Amino acid sequence: MALINTRISVPRQARANTVVEIKTLVSHPMESGYRYDYMGEPIPRNILTRFTCEYLGQRVLEAEFGPGIAANPFMAFNLLATSTGELLFTWTDQHGEVTTETRTLQVVDP
Amino acid sequence: MFTYWPQLLAILLLMASGHSRLTAAEPRSGYAFQSADTQALQDDDFQNPGMLWVDQGSDLFQAAAGASGKACTNCHADMQGVARAFPKRSPDTGQLMSLTQQIQHCRTTHQLAAPISYESTPALALSAYIGYQSRGLPFSPVPLSLTAELARGKAYYYQRKGQLNLGCQHCHEDSVGKMLRGDKISQGHGNGYPIYRLEWQSAGSLHRRLRSCDIGVRAQPHQIGSQAYTEVELFLRQRAGNLPLEVPAVRR
Repeated sequence: MALINTRISVPRQARANTVVEIKTLVSHPMESGYRYDYMGEPIPRNILTRFTCEYLGQRVLEAEFGPGIAANPFMAFNLLATSTGELLFTWTDQHGEVTTETRTLQVVDP
Repeated sequence: MFTYWPQLLAILLLMASGHSRLTAAEPRSGYAFQSADTQALQDDDFQNPGMLWVDQGSDLFQAAAGASGKACTNCHADMQGVARAFPKRSPDTGQLMSLTQQIQHCRTTHQLAAPISYESTPALALSAYIGYQSRGLPFSPVPLSLTAELARGKAYYYQRKGQLNLGCQHCHEDSVGKMLRGDKISQGHGNGYPIYRLEWQSAGSLHRRLRSCDIGVRAQPHQIGSQAYTEVELFLRQRAGNLPLEVPAVRR
């Protein structure tokens, strides 16, 4: 399994009960399995199948990826910031290999 | 063979239509020929997929490698503006070398590490990381000591080649702004490499781009990392004039 590079954007600070945008970008070939190489041999499928994000121990986003997703998948989604806590990002590939990253979202009173 | 007819037809139509020659005196970056979406992807440092390579290059730059146990940082501190002066003649070998070739050379000669191939992820990542530190700055002028290499690069650029019998200038000077199938033809400047190309779904070197163009006109392509392409790269550096570097650029 190739090394997965991740880029995650979480605001440094958010006010309580405001909506913040979370963005993630990972390096992955997302080889569909439908392509052939120059010798006519099929290129085996190699994709990420699942992305999840947990906030304060609660799952806030879950996405299933298929072979139609482009290489280096980019995700952006909104989150209601309630209290300071950890964000856990998990990418799972088709072989069950898991890449995880954590970030802390600092929530301040309005 | 017949699957290539639309391409061939497009190129022939293009040749038959009139001239709108834009000279190298008014260079416009390939950025100007991209769609608004592609431009937005390049502009946002977070979304720009090329930044994945820059990040990885930053890690590799600091990591010790090879029998010497040295990292790039053991010799190099500030790399700002360094990419502007490539390709250049290496004081070590006396050869004209692109930035990537210099990285390959350092890797084996100074770090005593296993060689990395020109189009490999580490080579692209380190080139992108170093190129990124010259972003916004123009290439430096080509020194007189490289006159011979520059002339060969220029000759390659203007040489008709391949079954389609086209030189680089027939698209990138005579036909700038016209459509070649779904693509708007740019002036073909090399100021954004390594680029993230959407068609490749990956970062790629200028040599890979040149090789693709040679294959496109059905010429015998050179190898990625060949002296011929490094000389073309040198000519493109001069041709880019004052265009700022955009590494990592995003192209269609």
